Amino acid sequence: MAIGPDVGGPDLDEIRKCVHCGICLPQCPTYRVLGEEMDSPRGRIYLMRAAAEGRVGLTETFRRHIDLCLGCRACETACPSGVRFGTLLEATRAQLRRGGPPARRRLLEAFVFSVFPKPARLGAALAAFKLYNRSGLRAVVRASGVLRRFPGLAAMEALLDDVPAAVPLPEVVPARGRVAGHVGLLTGCVQRHLYPHVNRQTAHLLSLAGFEVVIPRGQGCCGALELHAGRPEAHAARARTLAAAFPADLDFIVTNAAGCGAAMKEYGHRIPELTAFATRVRDVTEVLAGADLRLGPLDLAVTYHDACHLVHGQRVRLEPRQLLGRIPGLRLVELGDSELCCGSAGVYNLLEPDMARELLDAKLARIAESGARVVAAANPGCLLQIAWGCRERGLDVAIVHPVELLARAADAYQD
Amino acid sequence: MPLSGAFLQELEGIVGAGGLVRTFEGRLVYECDMHTFYKGAPDAVALPRRTEEVVEIVSLCRRERIPIVPRGSGTGLIGGAMAPVGGVMIGTNRMDAVLEIDLPNRCATVQPGLINLSLTRAVASRGYFFAPDPSSQMVSSIGGNVATNAGGPHCLKYGITTNHVLGLELVTGAGEVVRLGGKAADRPGYDLLGAAVGSEGTFGIVTAVTVRLLHAAEAVKTILASFTAIEDASEAVSAIIAAGIVPAALEMLDKLMIRAINEGTGAGYPKDAAAVLLIELDGPAAEVEAQGERAARICWERGALEVRVAADATERALLWKGRKEAAGAVGRLAPTYLLQDAVVPRSKLPAIMRELIAIGTRHRVQIANVFHAGDGNLHPLILYDDRSPDQLERAKAANEELLRACIEMGGTVTGEHGVGLDKAKNLPLQYGEADLNFMYRLRRAFDPDSIMNPGKLLPSHPACGEGFRPARPRVPDGAWI
Repeated sequence: MAIGPDVGGPDLDEIRKCVHCGICLPQCPTYRVLGEEMDSPRGRIYLMRAAAEGRVGLTETFRRHIDLCLGCRACETACPSGVRFGTLLEATRAQLRRGGPPARRRLLEAFVFSVFPKPARLGAALAAFKLYNRSGLRAVVRASGVLRRFPGLAAMEALLDDVPAAVPLPEVVPARGRVAGHVGLLTGCVQRHLYPHVNRQTAHLLSLAGFEVVIPRGQGCCGALELHAGRPEAHAARARTLAAAFPADLDFIVTNAAGCGAAMKEYGHRIPELTAFATRVRDVTEVLAGADLRLGPLDLAVTYHDACHLVHGQRVRLEPRQLLGRIPGLRLVELGDSELCCGSAGVYNLLEPDMARELLDAKLARIAESGARVVAAANPGCLLQIAWGCRERGLDVAIVHPVELLARAADAYQD
Repeated sequence: MPLSGAFLQELEGIVGAGGLVRTFEGRLVYECDMHTFYKGAPDAVALPRRTEEVVEIVSLCRRERIPIVPRGSGTGLIGGAMAPVGGVMIGTNRMDAVLEIDLPNRCATVQPGLINLSLTRAVASRGYFFAPDPSSQMVSSIGGNVATNAGGPHCLKYGITTNHVLGLELVTGAGEVVRLGGKAADRPGYDLLGAAVGSEGTFGIVTAVTVRLLHAAEAVKTILASFTAIEDASEAVSAIIAAGIVPAALEMLDKLMIRAINEGTGAGYPKDAAAVLLIELDGPAAEVEAQGERAARICWERGALEVRVAADATERALLWKGRKEAAGAVGRLAPTYLLQDAVVPRSKLPAIMRELIAIGTRHRVQIANVFHAGDGNLHPLILYDDRSPDQLERAKAANEELLRACIEMGGTVTGEHGVGLDKAKNLPLQYGEADLNFMYRLRRAFDPDSIMNPGKLLPSHPACGEGFRPARPRVPDGAWI
């Protein structure tokens, strides 16, 4: 089996930008846990290169090292030569997926990809889960020990503590006061069902900041999960549908989910006709940081966890901190290793529960050390993962999207 | 040489299945360090966590006469952490604990796999730091720093690794655990510690390091000066030192390097300059202030385009980030390069820079420069594309010529990166027959069966005991080192 650009594999020129300096190593979560070169970015690039040069086949072992990567892209932030590792990873995974997922992951992947990127199906699945949760079946299933045999399923079962009722947002939320611009809002697949209030508060804050918010129905999913799993065709189809759903005259397309934002900002890399759309995509914190927003006091000690695809994928590091810092009375405490992945990584925690668990434990330890009672993170995956960990550990910490704190502060504002 | 099943089983018994890399794919990624020119995959990689495991591995390998190659983070630039004849590689990166921080005695004891910068981070809040700061310090291991006696920008004032190592625990090639040096200021007997620092894993494997910690200076000032000619910058360097100023660091970068760094880190170095000096002063606030003004005046007098003082810690960190990531940023200019580490007496800097430009023109190769100007330690990066055999040949020719020019000016073949496989062949330029034979005998005292890192540090020599015949005349006596 071949790998290389002529067969749809990773771009050899991009691979050759790596000069093997190793600066990425300490930033890589899997290297931090395992301390093995082949589970580091430098090692993975070396394997890709060896495959492209025919020195190594696309073996099970090769696949294992590629599968174990979280795709957090911390190595891209670290890399002085600017290697776009995420792109290399996606292309390599696409090559590996030609033969389908490995046997041990086949069932789980089939389930994940038939549900997650489809908001309607995810909604139905979650409704069923809610029934499961309330009916007492959950207690039966947990007691049966069946989850122990399916760690991926167990991970998912544990993540979902409760599922809120989904209330659809209006298609247009008018701006309050002087109009600063017109923006579209991505509702996302996971965000829409598990954190509908974050979407509502995002629209509310944008409106307060003077933006008219357009929320098109039928926008679907951004396709990030599929891209990261090496399914570029499915991703491209979703990207086109999504972009077409938004009017062309919007100033920005705003997202509050880091993973979606990173994928949408890079639509143009794979689909040239979406370049113009991609340049208008913004994270909500980028838009609000420059806006006039009146915030009242919150007496809280808050720490901020950098979602990988916000800090590494979009290089948005300062804006969320600046916004939180603008809330009177809020004490922002830095989180140790705040840029290290929490193990969520899209659906990684379902597919690789052991590594995800190690990273979550490290994250929880840093959170406990920070002394903060509130953790803010700007991605639904991180919110689910860290909240689950805190619940399980009995850590008395609230996990929120920064938007939730900002919305509360805006409500607390008095003239 | 493939290892027997029985041997691998014994090895696995020591480090466990999770501590042993046996797959082809796994071994392949250990075939080179940052110097990708030399490749040699080990037959197995062991990743021990404790000194006892290292002792067992070494004893097993000695019994079976299997070569051992130590490796830290694999950031070396001399082909040191690769296995030219196979054997067992011992990766120390899982041995990364801080064993003791002893601030009253201003020292710390750490395992060898600890990342250099992690030690400074562990003590920074209490006002201390670990001085040796190779540019790879955010990833390189302290064990690797000890093995190569690494330098770094701040060695100009603070000295190199050997000046900061107080004691070592070493598992020798014979499998014995020996303790060299210690916390006490002076020790009776031979200074074996001095011999072991820089021995590049040829004596054994270091399993614990006691290092000196320094108290952070009261004030730090980082100055960026840009010049229209590299000779002007070189002369400013000599003038600063001649004025009696000892900067904490004094670094030079040329135009090509500035371009790569600006693209990579966005450090914001002046992009039209032919050369940039990074001058750092530290010490008592009043002294730093006065010296800063004098250094700036010297730069202006030598025709500086711009002299800029970093306004705050963030700006200072960014200037240094650019410098430290220089070698990594070169991927933006070319896929491969040869990196030299030669040294010339500081007064010869303007001359060697002229020579370097001439060599680049003669061989039609691009040369990017980043170096410790204060020490006269050059790091020219000769760029080439490894897909073109012609380019490689020209790069190699330029490299050889450059090395010879440095030696002729009274310099040495390596400043701080070490010798490894890369420069072992150049050692006869520096040492005579008796010198080298003595080093062979010393090596054998630590490693009686020659299993430790074979082929590195000393040029390969005829069968044991036959001694070594130098291929070229040695450098004249009194040459600057």
